[in-house]
Amino acid sequence: MKKATIQLETLTCPSCAQKIENATRSLTGVDKDSVKVLFNSSKVKFDFDDDKLSVEDAEKAITALGYEVVKSHVKAK
Amino acid sequence: MVSAVLIVIGFTSALGFKNETVAVLALVIASILGAVPIAIQAYQALRVKVVSIDVLVTIAVTGAFIIRNYEESAIVTFLFLFGAFLEQRTLNKTRSAIKELTEMAPESALKQMVNGEFEEVDVDEVDVGDILLVKTGAKIPVDGTVLSGEGSINEASITGESLLVSKEKGSTVFAGTILDNGTIQITADRVGEDTTFGKIIELVEEAQDSKSEAERFIDRFSKYYTPAVLVLAILVWLFSRDLQLAITILVLGCPGALVIGVPVSNVAGIGNGARHGVLLKGSEVIGDFSRLDTMVFDKTGTLTAGNPSVAEKEFYGVNIDEALGYLASIERESDHPLAKAVLEEIGETVISSVENTEVIKGGGIVATVDGHRIAVGNVALMEKENIVLSEKEKADIARFEKSGNSLVLTAIDGELKILMGVRDQIRPGVKEDLLRLKKLGVKNLVMLSGDNQGTVDMVSRELGLTEAYGNMVPEDKSAYIKKLIEEEKQIVAFVGDGVNDSPSLALAHIGIAMGGGTDVAIETSDVVLMNSDFSRLPHALGLTKATARNMEQNIFIAVGIVLFLLASVFFSQWMNMSIGMLVHEASILLVILNGMRLLRYKLRKL
Repeated sequence: MKKATIQLETLTCPSCAQKIENATRSLTGVDKDSVKVLFNSSKVKFDFDDDKLSVEDAEKAITALGYEVVKSHVKAK
Repeated sequence: MVSAVLIVIGFTSALGFKNETVAVLALVIASILGAVPIAIQAYQALRVKVVSIDVLVTIAVTGAFIIRNYEESAIVTFLFLFGAFLEQRTLNKTRSAIKELTEMAPESALKQMVNGEFEEVDVDEVDVGDILLVKTGAKIPVDGTVLSGEGSINEASITGESLLVSKEKGSTVFAGTILDNGTIQITADRVGEDTTFGKIIELVEEAQDSKSEAERFIDRFSKYYTPAVLVLAILVWLFSRDLQLAITILVLGCPGALVIGVPVSNVAGIGNGARHGVLLKGSEVIGDFSRLDTMVFDKTGTLTAGNPSVAEKEFYGVNIDEALGYLASIERESDHPLAKAVLEEIGETVISSVENTEVIKGGGIVATVDGHRIAVGNVALMEKENIVLSEKEKADIARFEKSGNSLVLTAIDGELKILMGVRDQIRPGVKEDLLRLKKLGVKNLVMLSGDNQGTVDMVSRELGLTEAYGNMVPEDKSAYIKKLIEEEKQIVAFVGDGVNDSPSLALAHIGIAMGGGTDVAIETSDVVLMNSDFSRLPHALGLTKATARNMEQNIFIAVGIVLFLLASVFFSQWMNMSIGMLVHEASILLVILNGMRLLRYKLRKL
């Protein structure tokens, strides 16, 4: 398992946070309980299985919702 | 902005020139321009199974289009977008305090490459063990140890105190602090989120998004609320066949202010704290802290300066120099604050090797030196060691205790040799701070200490505490706190040094560690006072009270406005979609502006 932190452009509506959370949760390889969207610091944090998913896939899913990814950071867990 | 111009054209052409065609055309274009981005958002929300505000607005605008009410569709989309723009601007303001903090994080480092040259790299590329060069004026990129060079560092970002600290080979340096002068090379010990500064940032970021009981309730509520509004609108439409009314309900039912009101107060409150050297770990902490009944303090290092000195001493019998040597030998190995005072008092002496050291919790130390059994500690330890005290010795002990000393007794082979009275000064300003806490509504101020009751009473009288108990070991302290919580149902905060008192810190509703920016303090406590500054405590309490109040106001505003809007749509004539949207957006701005007041919160002077 790896731990990813994705920094997004500033989030402004709480429903955006819910959208991003649901979208990230639905990805295969993501530990569903670990998904945390920090609304105020505009960050998404989650644990994932790096055999099944790359952090780029998650970035793509979020970008597809219309939120720009500023940078991401992956760390061994 | 284009849609605003089009709306103006639409209305002027309708009113001024009676040119219906141009007017309708302009409004239609304005509506479509405004509605498209909202509709895209709505579509994306539905795809991940979220019924968001965008969905409600999109349906409402489509509905308005169907009944050819182009004015309303244009104005509603415009207000919605303009409102979102204003929300973003004001939200950024409330987040500014925390942003200031995170922006202090170092971004790049000069790292030594394989060829020995230093090259600038992103701070993420620094690993533990790397050698880094830091030049004058630069930020220390990681927590590390100075390898060579010297300089002075401004550690304000960690300790909150902008004093220059000089560093040389072997000193530890912290990420985020600034090298004021000099040049140093450091080895990286901890990088990124593991550094002290990284932990502080993570703590604050997690805190501002943490959810209180009330907030979780609102979250659950709004998850069902938005779809419920949709269902209500459909029902109204089916029964009354009044599409106009149905879409008005959709717009009015948007839960904006409710969802954003509490987080906004939370962010602004925590941001204000971060700026003033008070780190609050989340909104749960804010709730508990604001309703505090009792504040329990550890004495040493919290209320008093924690560097006591020997004020009085008595010697008994012969061979005192030898006894002093033994005492010093034992105290050298102890890190108890009293030991330091004793050593300072004794000064240069003969040091012997100490064997079989046994630390008696809440008592002292028993050890063997040069074949003698030495007991160093308080009266309780002497009793345990069955040391018989003469009348004069007893009288001396009573006198020392009465004048507020902590006692260090030294017995050699069962005979008392040395009696020392050590006193600890009260920290400057503590008395005024305690008075402020009382004024802010803390009912009981209690002090617990391992010291004797005499000392404790003296300090207590001087500070005007409600209660004070001495002779307490860490377990007694946590038992006392447990009693307050379980039997007296009080909300209790414990202020202690974070190392010895961790059980009490964990047990109290609010644990406040006076450990400065140390790891233990950050991890064990709910509120971290940067640089162990006691005077931040009243600010912390006042701030949490103001924040809790602010949240209540916001919930009140949000719920009140939704109820008012829904009532007026059924019972009044003047309510329509545009006014509804206007009020809705205004309420969102109102709660954000209300939250922003917290950024400027300052504790009033006594």
